[in-house]
Amino acid sequence: MSTDVLKEASARLKVVPTLKRRGSPLADPNTQIERLERLELPGELRGDFDRHLERAGLFPLRSAKIEVFQINVGRVCNQTCAHCHVDAGPDRTEDMSLETAELAMRVLARTDIPTVDITGGAPEMSRSFRYLVQESRRLGRHVIDRCNLTILLAPRFEDLPEFLAAHEVEVVCSLPHYRKPSTDKQRGEGVFEGSIEALKRLNAVGYGRKEGLRLVLVTNPVGAFLPSGEKALEAEWKRELKRQHGLDFDALYTITNMPISRYLEWLEESENLQSYLCLLVQSFNAGAARGVMCRNTLSVGWQGDLYDCDFNQMLELRVGFGQPRHLAEFDLEKLERRRIVTARHCFGCTAGAGSSCGGSLAE
Amino acid sequence: METYYDPADLAKFSKIGEHAAPLAQKFFDWYGAVFADGALTAREKSLIALGVAHAVQCPYCIDAYTRDGLSKGCDPEQLTEVVHVAAAIKGGAALVHGVQMRNVADKLGM
Repeated sequence: MSTDVLKEASARLKVVPTLKRRGSPLADPNTQIERLERLELPGELRGDFDRHLERAGLFPLRSAKIEVFQINVGRVCNQTCAHCHVDAGPDRTEDMSLETAELAMRVLARTDIPTVDITGGAPEMSRSFRYLVQESRRLGRHVIDRCNLTILLAPRFEDLPEFLAAHEVEVVCSLPHYRKPSTDKQRGEGVFEGSIEALKRLNAVGYGRKEGLRLVLVTNPVGAFLPSGEKALEAEWKRELKRQHGLDFDALYTITNMPISRYLEWLEESENLQSYLCLLVQSFNAGAARGVMCRNTLSVGWQGDLYDCDFNQMLELRVGFGQPRHLAEFDLEKLERRRIVTARHCFGCTAGAGSSCGGSLAE
Repeated sequence: METYYDPADLAKFSKIGEHAAPLAQKFFDWYGAVFADGALTAREKSLIALGVAHAVQCPYCIDAYTRDGLSKGCDPEQLTEVVHVAAAIKGGAALVHGVQMRNVADKLGM
């Protein structure tokens, strides 16, 4: 990705340096894990995730059939959202090579995994994005693009709505709120207006309106609290986005903020870390734990390493317990019986109604 | 006890049934039913609760229903409008009693 393209893509948005660029200690995954582990948490299980699983009859947590092949193509993004668990931004350079993308597709072709979920960063900025979309579709798989919306307006990316529609890619877009203040607070000044314009362009090519062009919005809380009431929120969002902007979409997912990376930094700076972790632990929901996404997802990193989920990927916790750890060693049979690597951040997926890349797990 | 109100006390509310368990059980069952989705959504009821919390000036309820409103997707501007509704009704209630003052003054005055 050339510097010019990055500059243009971020031009109308307020972006800040990433943790990595600032040399923050929190750029190191081990520091993040240690900051969570050292917290004194109340309750008889003392915030031990595996003991919570044990009490719910789920220890050790094991995967089942892999239904989602999630590829994180890198850290490059035109935005620098305050809650980003990837520490993505215009100053990052990690990007999946075409060789790794080809290896991923060769591996995919050997399986019957039905869904390819492409994420980043802004995955569309990756040199491998269009190849991955085209090849996954050629193999007959459903494809999801995790889109930040504003990238659709950036110079040299304006053909994306047509490209995505032509390949019937499901577009899952981040939008914290249907109003401007909360959206810009979390995602940067100028993001709300850009996002609404991008949604208009997606609607214009049929997204959210035509069969086969599914458009999903994702909201994360703008602060240190859990989301709730996904279905009720979806109805309200549909009504308000239609009323205020004439927009249509198919579904709303609520996703809990994961206490790692930039959101962890914000929790520490706002002195919310202790109470947020307590909230996550106290809200542990066995029903949500049974459905966590790591049980049906395999996460692939930009260099081809394998992880149980995108959060473990950002903490550099590769699949463990003697499993193949890279695409080059891929063994579906083994990976579908793998034990999942857990740590304290996992409470982020099991709290309250639960949270996954597909929204809440148990209303 | 250094202060009458302590945020940590809110978590003790569930223990209010000690010494009167059947009554507390009735209250909590009824309370849960009141806030469930019905003709009004749980979100609408939560916003009403936040307004009433300000009108009755209950810090526990303000804390609880601010968090609940945020969780239910309300932003600070929406929550602030709720407080203005409560304040307008309280202010209006004071002001509208001015008609009683007028009644008395009119009767006694020349």
